[in-house]
Amino acid sequence: MSTPANNGPKSAFSTFNLVAGAIIIVGLIITVIRFTQGIGSVTNLDNNNPWGIWIGFDLLCGVALAAGGYTTSAACYIFGLKRFHSAVRPAILTAFLGYALVVFALQYDLGRPWRLPYPIFYQQGTTSLLFEVGLCVMLYLTVLFIEFTPAMFEWLGWKKVRKVVVKLTLALTIFGVVLSTLHQSSLGALYTIAPSKLHPLWYSPYMPLYFFVSSIAAGMSMVIFEGTLSHKKMHHMMDEEYLKHHDGVVLGFGKATSLVLFGYFFIKMIGLAYDNNWHYLTSGYGLLYMTEMLGFVALPCFLYAVGVRDKNLGLIKKAAIITVLGIVFNRFNVSLIAFNYHLPSSERYFPSMMEIGISVFVVTIGVVVFRFITTRMPIFFEHPDYKSDH
Amino acid sequence: MLRRTFLGVLGATCVGAALPTGAKAGGKEFKGYPGSKGVLFDATRCIGCRKCEAACNKVNNLPEPEKKFDDLSVLDTKRRTDAKTFTVVNKYNGPENPVFRKSQCNHCLEPACASACFVKAFKKLPNGAVVYDESVCVGCRYCMVACPFEIPTYEYDEPLTPRVMKCTMCAPRLAEGKLPGCVEGCPKEALVFGERDELIKIARQRIRRNPDRYIDHLYGENEMGGTSWMYLSGVPFNEIGMREDLGTKSAPELTAGALAAVPMVAGLWPVLLGGIYAVTQRNSKVADEERKEAVDNAIARASAEAEKTLSEALKKADVANKRQIEVEVKKAVEEALAPKEEQEENSEKEES
Ligand code: SF4
Ligand code: SF4
Repeated sequence: MSTPANNGPKSAFSTFNLVAGAIIIVGLIITVIRFTQGIGSVTNLDNNNPWGIWIGFDLLCGVALAAGGYTTSAACYIFGLKRFHSAVRPAILTAFLGYALVVFALQYDLGRPWRLPYPIFYQQGTTSLLFEVGLCVMLYLTVLFIEFTPAMFEWLGWKKVRKVVVKLTLALTIFGVVLSTLHQSSLGALYTIAPSKLHPLWYSPYMPLYFFVSSIAAGMSMVIFEGTLSHKKMHHMMDEEYLKHHDGVVLGFGKATSLVLFGYFFIKMIGLAYDNNWHYLTSGYGLLYMTEMLGFVALPCFLYAVGVRDKNLGLIKKAAIITVLGIVFNRFNVSLIAFNYHLPSSERYFPSMMEIGISVFVVTIGVVVFRFITTRMPIFFEHPDYKSDH
Repeated sequence: MLRRTFLGVLGATCVGAALPTGAKAGGKEFKGYPGSKGVLFDATRCIGCRKCEAACNKVNNLPEPEKKFDDLSVLDTKRRTDAKTFTVVNKYNGPENPVFRKSQCNHCLEPACASACFVKAFKKLPNGAVVYDESVCVGCRYCMVACPFEIPTYEYDEPLTPRVMKCTMCAPRLAEGKLPGCVEGCPKEALVFGERDELIKIARQRIRRNPDRYIDHLYGENEMGGTSWMYLSGVPFNEIGMREDLGTKSAPELTAGALAAVPMVAGLWPVLLGGIYAVTQRNSKVADEERKEAVDNAIARASAEAEKTLSEALKKADVANKRQIEVEVKKAVEEALAPKEEQEENSEKEES
């Protein structure tokens, strides 16, 4: 009666399906409320706090954590690190889904979501950094989709189209890196317009650079982290080629992330010194800032370095988790916790249950689609017809 | 390789980050449209009667408030503007008497809301008013994040057609040659409407004539690059809920650096990445060539060795052959000589 959980036909009522199903139903209910009663009926947003976790988590964290797409493909195709080849497809897929979900989640937050194409096709507000974010995200989503299609074409057996797309790889990768540089950094630049609202420990004219550099660390950590997760759940879908390279990828990315985190820590300190903000470190926000910098930047930087030196994959994976959490922490600090720090606590924002519900709903959809695709298309393995064809 | 290219990338981004200072050095400071209008609010004259609130409500056809405008008890709690209220008067404790301060959109000379909006829904009109066009607004609320005075508000309960709501400086009334509603409604002339340049002169004059009555600062003259609404007060501005740490940089100036870096990244990145790609390609080509060369060398060395062995073997074989021949010859000679010797021996025997 019972077949092993990880292969053979699965019961429709596995724990995963039950939990995911419940979340999706709740999400749909909130969706109906949102689009019939207005944003105010499901969120704690108000006139002082126009952006909540749908921006802080779904958009800022979503985009940062999807940075694995451009970092991995750049490492493989531009920097010529061919041994990362096996990590490219999962990373591209994750990035594509990540961005698609960011756009999906935006539909909830925008007052008139169907006008989303307006800023690009109808009237361009080119002085706005949000315009830049919008344009780049739209273009990059397209690039990611094209980069993902070879896997789909292999699954469908469309050899000719696939060949054309594969030829574009380098151009697409470069285009992708340019777009990512721009929108990752302009997410940070969004906040440069509000120096009076963001706490000085986080506000800096260098925010675009901070966001960009930390997105590299986030992207690579996410590749390690997500690779580990998939390793547990999707092992049966992985071919020898993928498994053989997995450890090498983890080591290589661990080393690179350690360096990036070190650089990030360094430029953050330069910013602090540049604005001479040291005296804030002793305040309550100073404690928060130190937690972020020491616990979520310096610590994983060190753990990565030790892990790489000792070839300790377990340690590297722990460092990856800390880095991922650290990015979320940082984006929350900028967009929610240290934002509007000047307001009295009664006027501060805290997300409502329904807002959190939608964010969970969005993540769940992502996991479900990821599972659907990776159990069908050649993501963790090479399609038998296209072996050694790259 | 990874480290080197990473440093290259970092270096290039630093170029982008360093740009802000350079890019804004051009310094095109916008000092407002010539002859544009504004309003001067004098907190020393305001009595907190809420007549301006009532007038604003009326001329803008806003919904009835919960408490009537002549109910002054609302002044006891701090309020802010919202989607149904474009202006509010708040009460603050002064040294002797309470001080009242009106707040509404300040109609900045270079509005943060306008520079933040990605569909250009906000526009600064030549007459000074900053107006909003709901027909293009996407509802992202970045304008609300951007405004340093926390002015734009949102119709959060509108499911399909929410709007950003704020004071328009009564732009429609100005077009008809009328005064803004609040200015007209004020019984104490705490509000003066006029050309911004004129208002600055009036304010300076008031301060000069009554130095004891006023703080020597015209709020809004330079804050955030200057605003069309300006304020005079007898108490420090931060005591009547106005931030004094906003600085004089306008919103466009704050974001100019990031925007200026865009074409640089777009221009420089592909070249740089292409270069890195070429280098790595070359590297792997060189590696390939080296590998080939090594193989060739190995083959060459191997064949040289083989030849040597062969020639040695041949030589050895030669030697061996020679010796054999020698031996054979010797043997043959010996054999040939042997009977002769025997003969000789025999003959010797015979002779004796
Ligand atoms: S006060 Fe705020 S809403 Fe009014 S013009 Fe200035 S930035 Fe825009
Ligand atoms: S909410 Fe509307 S007006 Fe405000 S920035 Fe977004 S699109 Fe522009």
